[in-house]
Amino acid sequence: MKKHLNHFIVATFCFLFLIGSSQSVWSQNGNNHNHDSHAGHNHGDHSGHNHGHEGHNHGDHAGHNHGDHAGHNHDSHAGHNHGADHSDHGHGHDAHGSSTEFNPSEVIMHHIADSHEFHLFGKAHLPLPVILYVPGQGLVSGMSSAFHGQGKDGFSLHHDVFSSKGGYEKATVMNLFNKDVKKFYDFSITKNVFTMFLAGFILCLIFFSVARAYKRREGQAPKGLQNFMEPFFTFIRDEVAKPNIPDAWEKYLPFLMTLFFFILACNLFGLVPFFPGSANVTGNIAFTMVLAVFTFLITTFSGTKHYWQHILWMPGVPVLVKPILAVVEFAGIFIKPFSLMIRLFANITGGHIIILSLISLIFIFGKMGTSVLGAGAGVGLSVPFVIFMNAIELFVAFLQAFIFTILAALYIGQAVEVAHDDHH
Amino acid sequence: MDVGLAVIGAGLAVIGAGIGIGQIGGKAMEAIARQPEATGDIRTNMLIVAALVEGAALFAIVVALIK
Repeated sequence: MKKHLNHFIVATFCFLFLIGSSQSVWSQNGNNHNHDSHAGHNHGDHSGHNHGHEGHNHGDHAGHNHGDHAGHNHDSHAGHNHGADHSDHGHGHDAHGSSTEFNPSEVIMHHIADSHEFHLFGKAHLPLPVILYVPGQGLVSGMSSAFHGQGKDGFSLHHDVFSSKGGYEKATVMNLFNKDVKKFYDFSITKNVFTMFLAGFILCLIFFSVARAYKRREGQAPKGLQNFMEPFFTFIRDEVAKPNIPDAWEKYLPFLMTLFFFILACNLFGLVPFFPGSANVTGNIAFTMVLAVFTFLITTFSGTKHYWQHILWMPGVPVLVKPILAVVEFAGIFIKPFSLMIRLFANITGGHIIILSLISLIFIFGKMGTSVLGAGAGVGLSVPFVIFMNAIELFVAFLQAFIFTILAALYIGQAVEVAHDDHH
Repeated sequence: MDVGLAVIGAGLAVIGAGIGIGQIGGKAMEAIARQPEATGDIRTNMLIVAALVEGAALFAIVVALIK
């Protein structure tokens, strides 16, 4: 048991490295799939200014000029507050000029997506390091606060979108192989990356201390943190790993444990509405994709001959049906990790969207601070729902981590299964 | 109009998930009533199958979200 705990650090850092560097490639500001089709995405009187993600070539847009944004400063995001300070929301949108309307879908998408700074409370922001690699220009880096306004080295950051004077566009999965587009690569420490490092660090703290406790208290009953964590460890070992991978569970246990605890930690961090939490890590599809890719790689590379035979030319099936089933099974090799990815992403993101929508009810009823009675009614209606939804989301956090782990164990178990003598 | 249709699609998908998970839960309850000592095993398997059914519904919801 003790030596397994020490493997966590290797697996965790592999996850973190790959996940951190995949952020920029897939996610264009995180999951803002909706950003283009946003009917309500209006900033009032900014005609001619489009947040369009097709062209980060802001220099080319006629009529768009950063100098025009007189009242436009990042303090406008002060209103986008997840939990405590509702009172500042009014000021936030007023800074945009004529638009004082509360736009729930924009607020929600902003909170679901990744960001280059943490919003603490009111107008306080905690800037995060920005690290861009521009082929031809080298590394452009600095705190994200340096990129507001005029920007730095030809790059400026507004509403979490980079605009480049040199006509560069951010590299994403969409334009990665498009040679006509000048791309820069975003390796910044964003909210999600910071939270992943934080979760990994806290997990390492917990596990190293528990490992030391196991060594010290060999043969004795567990105590303290070790006692608290032991049910989790025995559960993963006895209910997830051993039943599904009867022959080689020891080899795969570190991976399964890391998967479970890392997903759980990131889920829990995402539920907390204020600073060290408040980042929607597991609801980012790039993150879940990397976890699913790891699972896919492990199952594919541990596949025995027995496994591949069962996929491609399965015994016990009429010959004419075998090719059909082989196609289905082959597709299944890819669809299974894909479903792992989608399941975790959609569950967590959906939960966050619901909680944010219920909190937005308060603002909708209060019509942006103009109606205290409305806001009061909104509070009375939405607070019980939000508490209820947060309890459900807490349960979902544990459940989804468990489901991801047990399905991964199931797939690995199928891959390493040694032939049993019953039907061969 | 686009967004409205997408949202209706998501709602339809959730009907399917609701029916499916309801069935799983119901059968699990019956099985536990028949054999209370197997509650742990039944519960574990119920959760796994519910996650698979929900995964299918979530595919549809993600497509709706993209719209």
